[in-house]
Amino acid sequence: MKLKRAYRVWQRHLAVYTKLYKSSIVLNFVEPVMYLVALGLGLGAFVKEINGVPYINFIAPGIVASSTMFAASFECTYGTFVRMTFQKTFDAILATPVGIDDLVAGELMWGATKGMIYGTIITIVISAFGLVDSVMIVLMLPFLFVGALIFSEVAMIAAALAPGIDTFNYYYTLFMTPMFLFSGIFFPIDSMPPIVAKIAFFTPLYHVVNVSRDFAAGVVPTWDLVWLVAAAAIIAPYPFRLMRRRILRG
Amino acid sequence: MSDIMNFMDRVITAKGLVKNYNSLCAVDGIDFEIESGECFGFLGPNGAGKTTVMKILYCYLPPDEGEVRVFGLDVTKEPWNIKRRIGVLPQDMNLDPDLSVLENLQVYARYFDIGKKESTPLAWELLEFAEIKEKAKVNILKLSGGMKRRLQLARALINGPELLVLDEPTTGLDPHSRHTVWDKLNALKARGTTLLLTTHYMEEAEALCDRVAIMDRGKIVTVDTPKHLIEKHGGNLEHVYLTLTGRPLEA
Repeated sequence: MKLKRAYRVWQRHLAVYTKLYKSSIVLNFVEPVMYLVALGLGLGAFVKEINGVPYINFIAPGIVASSTMFAASFECTYGTFVRMTFQKTFDAILATPVGIDDLVAGELMWGATKGMIYGTIITIVISAFGLVDSVMIVLMLPFLFVGALIFSEVAMIAAALAPGIDTFNYYYTLFMTPMFLFSGIFFPIDSMPPIVAKIAFFTPLYHVVNVSRDFAAGVVPTWDLVWLVAAAAIIAPYPFRLMRRRILRG
Repeated sequence: MSDIMNFMDRVITAKGLVKNYNSLCAVDGIDFEIESGECFGFLGPNGAGKTTVMKILYCYLPPDEGEVRVFGLDVTKEPWNIKRRIGVLPQDMNLDPDLSVLENLQVYARYFDIGKKESTPLAWELLEFAEIKEKAKVNILKLSGGMKRRLQLARALINGPELLVLDEPTTGLDPHSRHTVWDKLNALKARGTTLLLTTHYMEEAEALCDRVAIMDRGKIVTVDTPKHLIEKHGGNLEHVYLTLTGRPLEA
């Protein structure tokens, strides 16, 4: 793998994105804001406070985390799969000096970048709404990249194994949605039976939510950051291995 | 002829090349050599292994057995140094549907480390060569089949390749478009580009190829000039092909 060749793939995605972002960015931004308004204000009128924090302020950093997760995941499931199969973009790229490892690295880097872009946009939105207590929230942005990288890696493993594009329905229903609901975005996870917290500990979103919430409150997280960096490194070899197998299957 | 060839550079040498897909043997131990500046064609029925050979030559698939060298370099080692010097026109349409005609060339050039400043004049030149200059700003989804094919050819030339690998370059094209592509390929050959192609059209092989290899069930049945094959077996090239691939024409 060579970083420069991976960067070429990343540049291709950026070129396409800067051309098409106008049609997609509004959609990606509307959904998280709707969650924020519907639950933050609607449910917040009854819940008032969690751990002494107004309810909408409690969920806002979590929405940053989930936006990051969904953007990176869509990119490296549907996006990667369409480029690999229907559009045959991978075949075109692999006929150039770019190799499979460069290609996979470029896809992952792009997924992480896109996750970070969406997380950053939502961070700006919640800051503008006055829902963030500390300017330390800017320190979270590099860790959004790490979090988005993990989601990209896992999504790409799914893309490498998916027999067809409909398979991703399972990925979202059985994996992403539960993670979205049970990672402490909408309520503290320790209010659930202990098994839920134990499972949540092994999901990346839980840690991205903690990191986001800590920085928003002006606290520097430690173990959650370690968890994210370690997970990104441990999972990394699998998308490479599985994509190589998938592409060479012919 | 072979005496002359011995003095020329060999662009490709393959010895004992084998490729299996699980239990299916796609390429079953073939040997061939391709000389610099020649146009070499692979003929054979669907499933004969032609596309697999092409994919191994442009370092997309690694061979299971045998030694394959392109420009004297082993395809399994440093494939990027081979891929830098070749152009590929694959069987499938794989232009980037999210980009315009010109952007397709600019983005593709970047994979070869050719920046926008350098690639833009080059892209215009190639669009002129491919006769699609007036479509430069158009999305590729709005091009006809013949235009897409010519754009793919232009894209394959963006790095100034010494060797061009063409997998069924004119399949699905109307006769006018086919002749346009042939003209372009002959022009490239005249400039000294080595051409390697697969085709199902015998008139294409006769129009372009100096030598052809007839493949069947993963093996090369024969390699010769179209002229010699016709002299040896009689009839026309189609007749020779059908005879050698086990399906002779009824008398």
